[in-house]
Amino acid sequence: MLRAAIEVHLGPFELDVDLQVDDGEVVALLGPNGAGKTTALRAIAGLQPLDHGRITLDGTVLDDPAADVFVPTADRPIGVVFQDYLLFPRLTALDNIAFGLRARGHDKASARSQARRWLERFALTDHAHARPRTLSGGQAQRVALARALATDPRLLLLDEPLAALDAGTRVEVRTELRRHLATFAGARLLITHDPVDALVLADRLVIIEGGQITQTGTPAEVTARPASRYVAQLVGINLLHGTAAGDHTVRLDTGAELTVADPLPGPDVAVAIRPQAIALHRHQPEGSPRNTWTSTVTDLEIDRDRVRVTLTGPVPVTAEVTPAAVAELDLTPGTTVWATVKAVDLTTYPR
Amino acid sequence: MSHRRPVARRARQQRAPWLVVPLAAVAVAYVTVPFLALLERAPWTNLGELVGRPVVTDALRLSLTTALAATGIALVLGIPLAWVLARTRFPGRSAVRALVILPMVLPPVVGGAALLFAFGRRGLLGGPVYDSTGFLLPFSTWGVVAANTFVAMPFLVVTVESGLRAADPRYEDAAATLGASRWMIFRRITLPHAAPSIIAGAVLCWARALGEFGATVTFAGNLQGRTQTMPLAVFLALETDRDAAIALSLVLIAVSLAVLIPLRDRWLTV
Repeated sequence: MLRAAIEVHLGPFELDVDLQVDDGEVVALLGPNGAGKTTALRAIAGLQPLDHGRITLDGTVLDDPAADVFVPTADRPIGVVFQDYLLFPRLTALDNIAFGLRARGHDKASARSQARRWLERFALTDHAHARPRTLSGGQAQRVALARALATDPRLLLLDEPLAALDAGTRVEVRTELRRHLATFAGARLLITHDPVDALVLADRLVIIEGGQITQTGTPAEVTARPASRYVAQLVGINLLHGTAAGDHTVRLDTGAELTVADPLPGPDVAVAIRPQAIALHRHQPEGSPRNTWTSTVTDLEIDRDRVRVTLTGPVPVTAEVTPAAVAELDLTPGTTVWATVKAVDLTTYPR
Repeated sequence: MSHRRPVARRARQQRAPWLVVPLAAVAVAYVTVPFLALLERAPWTNLGELVGRPVVTDALRLSLTTALAATGIALVLGIPLAWVLARTRFPGRSAVRALVILPMVLPPVVGGAALLFAFGRRGLLGGPVYDSTGFLLPFSTWGVVAANTFVAMPFLVVTVESGLRAADPRYEDAAATLGASRWMIFRRITLPHAAPSIIAGAVLCWARALGEFGATVTFAGNLQGRTQTMPLAVFLALETDRDAAIALSLVLIAVSLAVLIPLRDRWLTV
């Protein structure tokens, strides 16, 4: 378990965050560029000493300036998957993975044979002798993950693991990453600026803005009650889990079915709906929207010129409407409304 | 992207500003004409005999070995110095860098004189060493190596320092997270990443050492077989035997080209 009270001053920038990641948990540190995410990761990895605070991993103090304790990076049981992966360009995939084992005292033969097992596990055996620049984005990410895991760390840090990929391979690699992350039993901290990555991969979100944590919670909690307009824009998308029930039909865990425009990417899917895409009606609407259901309003949250309406029912979502619409529909908690969303406004992700 | 590159390159060539090409041609001519003049005056008929003379073979052997030794010393001392300059912060770092590159701008004769005051028989360091061991650096072959190193090492330091600065330090961070010690990071990550600049720096250093004249003649003298390197032999022969001077020059040019041509495209474009 990681506990990190991080206070770092870099010129005018101040990072002051408290993080906790339990074993088996995937926490996403989500925030815009320049929020201090990478600085937090560097502090945990020992690449950026703390000015104040304390970092412990499984009870061992890694950094505590007040007690004059600082464990160097090389001695921390932490695996890091860096942004752009940073595979050593002059080493083969095999030797990249063997590097950490060599560094931790294994002889060449034993390091190589262990590295070979990691290659097998990550379906990379054919690329053992490939140089990093000849690997695809997904393969490079697998090598980076294998390299980080090969030293048997107790904490895995991932810095924007999907940012280096183009949109086409991103979805596929994200799915693969989710699967591989699940095989690691320790604590996992993922850094990203992409809300979809965070929502799909993490058990818990920590939102960081200007060096401060602005909100923490499960994806469902944060999505339902964004603490600020910024968070609402960042993660204010509804993410529903379900299974394929036809080429264009998703059966949600609640039993409700949604129709989507694009063919489904797999048997287990997550459906993303922007709150702005959900229209609310007092009576059953006519027209083309493929998805229509009834819901009960449980909460209304006014944020300047928008109102976030939390709905329960077969499709639990948050809708975003104007104050004028709230007045016109006479929405109050307990009101029953019809909600509609067009099939083209649903985005599906493999799970 | 890659399939577009040749197109872009061709387009760039076509757009060369009108004055650039003639000026480049003048530059090429300015470098080429003296060599052609040298070839034109070359004593082709008895070139073999001239090149085989002991004064030439001694000078060639001495030049090659001392330039190589100076490059070796510059590598051993210069790479760590370049690392310190590129990667650490300490008070007076810019003063150290200025001192290190001073021999690049200083007239080599001044360097040779300074070396004498340091390592000569009555020098700052040379005096005590001579009194206790009888070892004298000036006017020995090691003196040639010392003079070459003094003048040529800055080329290596400057080149490697810029190579280290251009390398992405995050690879070293990545190695540290994998448990690598500082020495392992230096050996397996830093040095391989800096390899192109190290090779380029070593070639520049070797070339500068091969052509060294002023510091060598001041500090090491001009003794055939011991301190008379090729440039010194050429200078002496110009006064006494012009054909021998040209023969020596041709050998020096041939050796330089033999080293530079294979390396140029691969390494000297950092």
